[in-house]
Amino acid sequence: MQPDLTQEILELVRLTATSLPEDVEQALAQARDQEEPNSVARSVLDTILNNVKMAREHSTPICQDTGTPIFYVDMPAGWSMREMRRQIEAAVAEATKRVYLRPNAVNSLTGKNTGNNLGDEYFPTVHFHEVDGDTVTIKLMLKGGGSENVSTQYKLPDTRLHAGRDLEGVYKVVMDAVYQAQGKGCAPGFLGVGIGGDRGASFYAAKEALWRTLDEPNPDPDLDALEKRITEDANKLGIGPMGLGGKTTVLATRIKAIHRLPASYFVSIAYMCWAYRRHTLIYRNGKAEYK
Amino acid sequence: MREIQIPIDDETIRSLKAGDAVSLTGVMMTGRDAVHKWMIETFIRKTREPQGDDLEVYEAIKKILDGGVLYHCGPVVAGLETGEYKFVAAGPTTSIREEPYEAEVIKHFNIKGVMGKGGMGPKTLQACQEAPAVYFHAVGGAASLIAQSVQKVLGVYKLEFGVPEAMWVIEVKNFPAIVTMDSHGNSLHESILKASEAKYRELLGV
Repeated sequence: MQPDLTQEILELVRLTATSLPEDVEQALAQARDQEEPNSVARSVLDTILNNVKMAREHSTPICQDTGTPIFYVDMPAGWSMREMRRQIEAAVAEATKRVYLRPNAVNSLTGKNTGNNLGDEYFPTVHFHEVDGDTVTIKLMLKGGGSENVSTQYKLPDTRLHAGRDLEGVYKVVMDAVYQAQGKGCAPGFLGVGIGGDRGASFYAAKEALWRTLDEPNPDPDLDALEKRITEDANKLGIGPMGLGGKTTVLATRIKAIHRLPASYFVSIAYMCWAYRRHTLIYRNGKAEYK
Repeated sequence: MREIQIPIDDETIRSLKAGDAVSLTGVMMTGRDAVHKWMIETFIRKTREPQGDDLEVYEAIKKILDGGVLYHCGPVVAGLETGEYKFVAAGPTTSIREEPYEAEVIKHFNIKGVMGKGGMGPKTLQACQEAPAVYFHAVGGAASLIAQSVQKVLGVYKLEFGVPEAMWVIEVKNFPAIVTMDSHGNSLHESILKASEAKYRELLGV
């Protein structure tokens, strides 16, 4: 019998909204240490780090834009997606009531906010995968509007940027996306890059790429090198925290390549802000573990 | 860090320069996408007839915005059921979305400070020189920290726009911000854009 995980999912939502992952906090602290003392950049990062501490302590949202709740559910064969979705929706509505989340589901035609973060089957977004074994893994990413607005998709070849259908072309369009974003995505950011797919799958892959933790290298050595090169060069732009100038503009780049049509070569950039909110719930043998 | 009292006078505005760190105290109002559209359509370009409580709200907000600060923010608010509102998370939203409207809004209401993140464009920069007014940049996502500077929620207008889009009237104390666009035509955003553009062209060979 499929257990009721509503309470566990509620805790996952609370954790994700209020407690920044350790690896992200560490990356921000390192970036802060590298900025000049008394610089705007340093004071911005100090403010951010203070806010992170405060939010965790008081269980308040790290950022007021708690974004689109995007769930990735890996569950055993035979479990019901409809039941899981129902539990997720109940947890999200309750989290909204408890003010862990801001009501963010707006009807695009009427402008009406639903008030409880439940929209259609796209809000919250839930992706399902069936896995072997009896462990359920639920990952939650909260992705805000600011970062989403500077996320973008290119088609290669790109004439303006002299970018062809190769990794050099990918480099150019990703750099262009970072330049165009300036500070508007709440830099310093993280870049999720999807290569290939149709337009939808391409963006999906870009967001999925973001899940690789900050210490995991890319299994593909060419992509690993490209990730490091993009991060290093993006920082040479000097855009800095909040786009107010500084040494750190991008904290990490994560690339995922998937298959594409012969006619299409999409490169999608899922720009993630400094408030990179992601956590995982692992449920096995009646016990819940949170990462 | 300069302490600024709201309402702000023109002399104070003219004395502020891009890059100055400030600490704001007084009463301010939030307003973002829905509010700007409503203001422009109903009262400034008048492409729409005032309806319901529009006129009442307009009279009330005129007083708050005259010499005041408009904060681009969609807060997380507790106490919705009881009406005992408390700001829980209140960082800025990206201001550039209001660029088509802001110059007219600043002039119509005599707003002295527009606050948000990411800066605004040439139309707003021009209006800042004329009004005079400045753009205050609050730290994006420092939501819980900023909520602490909100002493009291004095009221809310147009809650039917949704919690993030309503006009929240708040009393703040020592709200930290940086002037990034001043009343003399200087914009930190423009200078960073130019500097990053040079490097970008060099790296991409374009």
